[in-house]
Amino acid sequence: MRVLWHLIRRDLTLVFRSGTDAGAALAFFVVTVTLFPFGIGPEPEILGRVAAGLIWVAALLATLLSMERLFQADYEDGTFDQLLLAGVSAEAIAMAKIAAHWLVTGLPLLIVAPVMGAMIQLPGGAYGVMVASLALGTPVLSLIGGIGAALILGARRGGALLALLVLPLFVPPLIFAVGAIDAAALGLSPRANLLFLAGLLAAALPLAPVAAAAAIRQVLD
Amino acid sequence: MTILSAEKIACQRAGRLVFQSVSLRLDAGGAIVVVGRNGAGKSSLLRLLAGLLKPLTGSVVTEPSPDDQRRMFGYVGHHDAVKPTLTALENLVFWAGLADRREARARAELALDAFDIAQLADLPGRILSAGQRRRLSLGRLLVAPARIWLLDEPSVALDRESVRRLEGEIGRHQAAGGGVVVATHQDLMIAGAETLDLEDHRPRRRTAGG
Repeated sequence: MRVLWHLIRRDLTLVFRSGTDAGAALAFFVVTVTLFPFGIGPEPEILGRVAAGLIWVAALLATLLSMERLFQADYEDGTFDQLLLAGVSAEAIAMAKIAAHWLVTGLPLLIVAPVMGAMIQLPGGAYGVMVASLALGTPVLSLIGGIGAALILGARRGGALLALLVLPLFVPPLIFAVGAIDAAALGLSPRANLLFLAGLLAAALPLAPVAAAAAIRQVLD
Repeated sequence: MTILSAEKIACQRAGRLVFQSVSLRLDAGGAIVVVGRNGAGKSSLLRLLAGLLKPLTGSVVTEPSPDDQRRMFGYVGHHDAVKPTLTALENLVFWAGLADRREARARAELALDAFDIAQLADLPGRILSAGQRRRLSLGRLLVAPARIWLLDEPSVALDRESVRRLEGEIGRHQAAGGGVVVATHQDLMIAGAETLDLEDHRPRRRTAGG
């Protein structure tokens, strides 16, 4: 635990010093969502009906955008070697980097999402559920994205590869999250969909770091 | 007392046999200097010993010692793991704190001093010169004590004064019962160093029809 926190704190410091990736993801999310009223037109009925999907698609593209270089710098500059020799497991490295990623991208998305929801006429009753779906879902996106980011280490043109690897895996959280928000907007219970989302998180939390670690070990050998 | 031994290891990189049947034995306080032409597999040998690569055949064995709290390997390779946005001191404090949270900062400052870069403590890694980064990287050996130092061309980019400091630190490490394996092209003054020439372990060409 102490090692995990030590690594996460270093990653957060690095992000706050350079800023680029995390800030870009949040800006991407805000700009993308803002574009839709211009593209679709400002009618509340039409926007309101697609709002849940828009927020979520923008959120997962923003996650993907910030994911590509998750492990890249530590891999290239020899930090992985040093961490492994210091007795830190590849699983702990993967978990720490994914957690730091969520803290600097997923968490800010969660915070600005209600504002963006208002901008695209999200139905009034759905705000709480939208935030809940993002709270459960964005960690899943970071975890799954982490597997992809580890798999593309050392590959040229990793970005396109990452999208092909990871976007199909983003479909289940997308379906359940949008299902939950739509149910809430119609006055139905979002419970079943949110539970599925929670189930995805419960599965991804232990499994994704193991998968990402296996990919890291593969590329170091 | 032997702390590290390798038995007939062979190394394959990208489908090509780099060296074969390399055996070595490192004693506490001992040193091995690995020499060989470029591409002879010096770096690969060090990474094999560290366990970062797996040998094609053979085995690497480390002897644990119950009364030695230090971790097994300290490694300085071509990649210096210096973060460009952290200051020199912060870089070392991270590694010092990872090994042991107590007095991480004080130990990092001592290590900067040992390689005479204390005056660079507050400069970000990005503006350090190659030699300064190398010295910072060597400082990591001091903040996270290890029994065996694996040094891959540690004197590259170092000025003469820094090479002398490195030799001094290696001597102190040996005196503290540590072992050193150095891959180098440059003569370093290391007491009791044995030489391992990888040229003697080049894969033999197969004869026609063999």
